[in-house]
Amino acid sequence: MSICDKSAIVGIANTEFSKNSGRSELQLAAEAVRDALKDAGLSPADVDGMTTFTLDNTDEIELARAVGIGDLTFYSRVPHGGGAATGLVHQAVMAVASGMAECVVCYRALNGRSGHRYSSGVSGPLLTADAIHWGWYTPYGLMTPASWVAMYSQRYMHLTTDCQDAMFEIAQAQRDYAVRNPAAFFYEQPFSREDYDQAKKIVSPLKLLDCCQESDGGSAVIITTAERARDLRHTPVAIKGVGQAAAANMESMTSFYRPEIAAIPSMDIAAREAYQQSGLSAADIDAAVIYDAFTPIVLWQLESWGFCEPYTAPQFVLDGAFRPDGRLPTNTHGGQLSEAYIHGVNGVVEAAKLVRGDSVNQPAKTVDHVLVTSGVGVPTGGALLGKL
Amino acid sequence: MTPEQRQAFEEGLYQFVGRSLHPEPKRSYDTVNGAMIRQWAEVMGDRNPAYTDADWAASSARGHLIAPPAMLYVWNQEGYAVASTGRPGDGLADLVAYFDSHGFTGSLGTNVDQEYFAEAKLGDAIYEDAVIEEISEQKSTARGLGYFLQTLAKFRNQDGELIGTQRFRVFKFIPPEVPAQEKPESATELELPTRIQAPRGQDNAWWWDACDEGRVLIQRCKSCQTLRHPPRPMCGECQSTEWDSIESSLDGEIYSFVEMHYPKFPGYQYPLIVAVISLAEGTRLVANVVGIDSAEVRIGLKVKGRVEQVDEKTMLPQFYPVDAAEVSA
Repeated sequence: MSICDKSAIVGIANTEFSKNSGRSELQLAAEAVRDALKDAGLSPADVDGMTTFTLDNTDEIELARAVGIGDLTFYSRVPHGGGAATGLVHQAVMAVASGMAECVVCYRALNGRSGHRYSSGVSGPLLTADAIHWGWYTPYGLMTPASWVAMYSQRYMHLTTDCQDAMFEIAQAQRDYAVRNPAAFFYEQPFSREDYDQAKKIVSPLKLLDCCQESDGGSAVIITTAERARDLRHTPVAIKGVGQAAAANMESMTSFYRPEIAAIPSMDIAAREAYQQSGLSAADIDAAVIYDAFTPIVLWQLESWGFCEPYTAPQFVLDGAFRPDGRLPTNTHGGQLSEAYIHGVNGVVEAAKLVRGDSVNQPAKTVDHVLVTSGVGVPTGGALLGKL
Repeated sequence: MTPEQRQAFEEGLYQFVGRSLHPEPKRSYDTVNGAMIRQWAEVMGDRNPAYTDADWAASSARGHLIAPPAMLYVWNQEGYAVASTGRPGDGLADLVAYFDSHGFTGSLGTNVDQEYFAEAKLGDAIYEDAVIEEISEQKSTARGLGYFLQTLAKFRNQDGELIGTQRFRVFKFIPPEVPAQEKPESATELELPTRIQAPRGQDNAWWWDACDEGRVLIQRCKSCQTLRHPPRPMCGECQSTEWDSIESSLDGEIYSFVEMHYPKFPGYQYPLIVAVISLAEGTRLVANVVGIDSAEVRIGLKVKGRVEQVDEKTMLPQFYPVDAAEVSA
């Protein structure tokens, strides 16, 4: 497939140029994007992709919220300073040509004279939109991943029943897999309900065994064309669908301002995208690797991917779904709770093993399709893997 | 130091270059011996059998034990007794005294480089011959203003064979003066840690400035009147960048909450409860809930906030259960 004629630039804008803009980089970016959309005759609601420099201080999601842009299914950053200029076009063209997004905003805004000057080298503090965002929480003490997730968890527990039991079942089911996985940190170290209940409180309602470990390690996966994959040594693991999303009104880890926070709208969108691309549905998924920095976040993702109705994930899990003979054997490596925390990429490795039939805890049943997901609370995503 | 004083100082200083540390080569206190080797190897965790295993060494290519090369500097070291009763004057002692008398009282060892030419074996006597090899030009470093001085020591055995050399580099500097008031005299003068401050920029400083004055504001779009929190520079509804604000009544209810247990941060008071509060105006605000037992906090609880000074530097909205707020108001 060539990208020739698959996309076009339809709107353009600059702010004024000065030595002292008198306003934040976030505002400059917001004005430029607003005016480019106006130039195109489009509205913020039409945008579903954003791309900028890794050096840009303005978060995509902060900018989206400022301008009133809604759900995003494509966002990316290009490294190496000015080398990224046409890199933004490159990203947008790929996204549009491949169908990952329909309308991508490329942006770059900086107070390069009145703010952080490149001539000062790599010194000095940066007052970014992201730094300001954390400032709404740190003075009150809300400043650990466990604390942000606990805030959503409290709300979810309020709206469901048996949630605490389900959190235990997730932690223990995964530990039982790790007990049989020699690569896992918790190999041959099972725990009981009593151990779970008596573990140290981290941030109520989360206790120690609801939280993942901190690990050193690395994980990698190689992706090539289907054609080449057929000639290589292993059973190819096809990517059937892959979605990512930053749902409207998003903050990094602290999206406490949506109508209901006991849900993950970003993952709902990613699931919809991946299912659409693959033609699969929840009924086709045989096993899963679900991002598990903390036990409750696994529950919400089950609802996003349609394995159960909203607010019924605790019952789904308590039916034994995650166990080797259950409906959806999940985190068969032990997960990040009990194998290792390599930011979910060890999960991608495990998902590929499940499709190959090579997991150390390979379920007895045929595994045709496996779901693997990314961390939540932040803009997130998930992939559906299967046989070619 | 004036330029003239500096010139005079440096003239005297560079006279030291080339001076010997000892009038004649200094013999080691003990000959190379198994006991000191074994202790050194044990402390360093060096298990090479060439140093300590006589049987192994006998069957090796050398046919005998050797001293670890890195022990080079050990044999001629003065012990605590010698060092604590004062050394006889030597070139280095004179140089250090010269530095100290001109205010360069700080000392920082910066580099040691050793080169090895022959092996020392049991029974060898080691003779050290050292000179002041080099003194740098004046350098300004993070530690202060000063000079790097380097000594070169050569180590020979009883037959005059060169075993190795060691270059030792020290920075002599004027330590920065610590103002008297920064030296804590007692625990009561220690500065207490405060809560982490929110960074203040163009999009949010106005909110925190108002908070410092005891008011919680909510940003309002001038064009379409939509309220928004946290503040941002553009209205997501109508894309206007014109805005003003209203003051919140701080009437609200708990939408969700957590209790922080671990880790505990300096500057924060525990028990520490953080909640998402639904304000009567319709926006939400993250803040602490206080004046209530942790076990009594629940979703839906009516709360009333007021801005309070929580430590020396920090003003924050704190929310109380409505009943308690009425009692204490």
